[in-house]
Amino acid sequence: MNARVEADVRRRLADVPDPEIPALSVVDLGLIRHVRVGAGGAVEVGVSPTYSGCPATSVIKADVESALLRGGYDEVRVVEVLAPPWTTEWITAEGRRKLEEYGIAPPSAGQVICPQCGSPDTTRVSEFGSTPCKALHRCAHCLEPFDHFKCL
Amino acid sequence: MSAAGGSSSHFAWVLRLADTNLVLAQRLGELIGHAPALEEDLGLANTALDLLGQARLLLTHAGQLEGKGRDEDALAFLREESEFLNATLVEQPNGDFGDTIVRQLLFDAWQVPLYERLTLSRDPGLAAIAAKGVKEARYHLRYSAGWVVRLGDGTAESRERVQGSLERLWPFTAELLQADDIDREMHAAGIGADLAAVRGDWERQVAATLAEATLERPRDRPWRWYGKRGEHGEHLGRLLAQMQVLQRTHPGASW
Repeated sequence: MNARVEADVRRRLADVPDPEIPALSVVDLGLIRHVRVGAGGAVEVGVSPTYSGCPATSVIKADVESALLRGGYDEVRVVEVLAPPWTTEWITAEGRRKLEEYGIAPPSAGQVICPQCGSPDTTRVSEFGSTPCKALHRCAHCLEPFDHFKCL
Repeated sequence: MSAAGGSSSHFAWVLRLADTNLVLAQRLGELIGHAPALEEDLGLANTALDLLGQARLLLTHAGQLEGKGRDEDALAFLREESEFLNATLVEQPNGDFGDTIVRQLLFDAWQVPLYERLTLSRDPGLAAIAAKGVKEARYHLRYSAGWVVRLGDGTAESRERVQGSLERLWPFTAELLQADDIDREMHAAGIGADLAAVRGDWERQVAATLAEATLERPRDRPWRWYGKRGEHGEHLGRLLAQMQVLQRTHPGASW
């Protein structure tokens, strides 16, 4: 019973988009730490914040809660899980693929590949970008600027 | 993060970290829309956001340790100047970009080794915040050190000006690096960190950056500022007046 409920909760979470990068779900980004189903059917979801100050965190928590309430769960608790700290290694393979498709280079500690043309000939323009999780790069081959999801 | 029932030293020590982050975040926030270039505007604003996020976690944690029902907002917006326990360095005005970035280097080079040690704190809440924050702090350090090198090893004017920033701000580092009774008590309890060891790492990092930047290390001065005990200079009051005005004027106001 609980396993079935948990699977249903996880399926619904896979449809909750990240508010800043809506092409990815909170599951793709590796933000869901746990799903616990209590005896009375109460659901608790553990969510990792990406950056300590990321303003999307409170929106994500609210979106997770309302998605489950809409799904018919009456008792939903969303808790923030700080330890262990979130890392970009938790972004799923599917998430990395979606990032690239969306035009954001997935996190890479080595050479950053241009998500537009696939060239490795890229340079970092700025260590910080439009959100805490991104840096600004430019491709020397197709000349397009693009975001790189920073390694954390 | 259940942590109710900490000692008053424990509360005060976490508050020192929280306030130091909060005040620096507020200072950096003043530059949003005013930094010399768009990339630096983004860089300083993102750094401020990380520091503010850590400050919120630390303030919440401090409030739980105190156990009197004060949350992050009560601690940030409803305390007087003398109750703020931030290091004096971070309340210094932004000055020119050299001042801002040197202040950031001196701070980042301290926060990284401090957080590294706090990941092993016996206070699990503090250890979790430090483990999350240290990754952000390393990124900030790469940015501030990179700029100090560019400005120091830049033109004659940029070198002279950034050397001046270093001379002006250096005296405030003594407070970050030297332990007082609360620092020693928290280190002995396994909650805080050994500031002598933090200082060793800080010295190595700063020396390496200054050497690359062709800048001279100022000579050390006696410890004369005590922001971490609530004794502040002339600048903090005005910063708090701006930060707190809304909650002071409309208590309990929210979005």
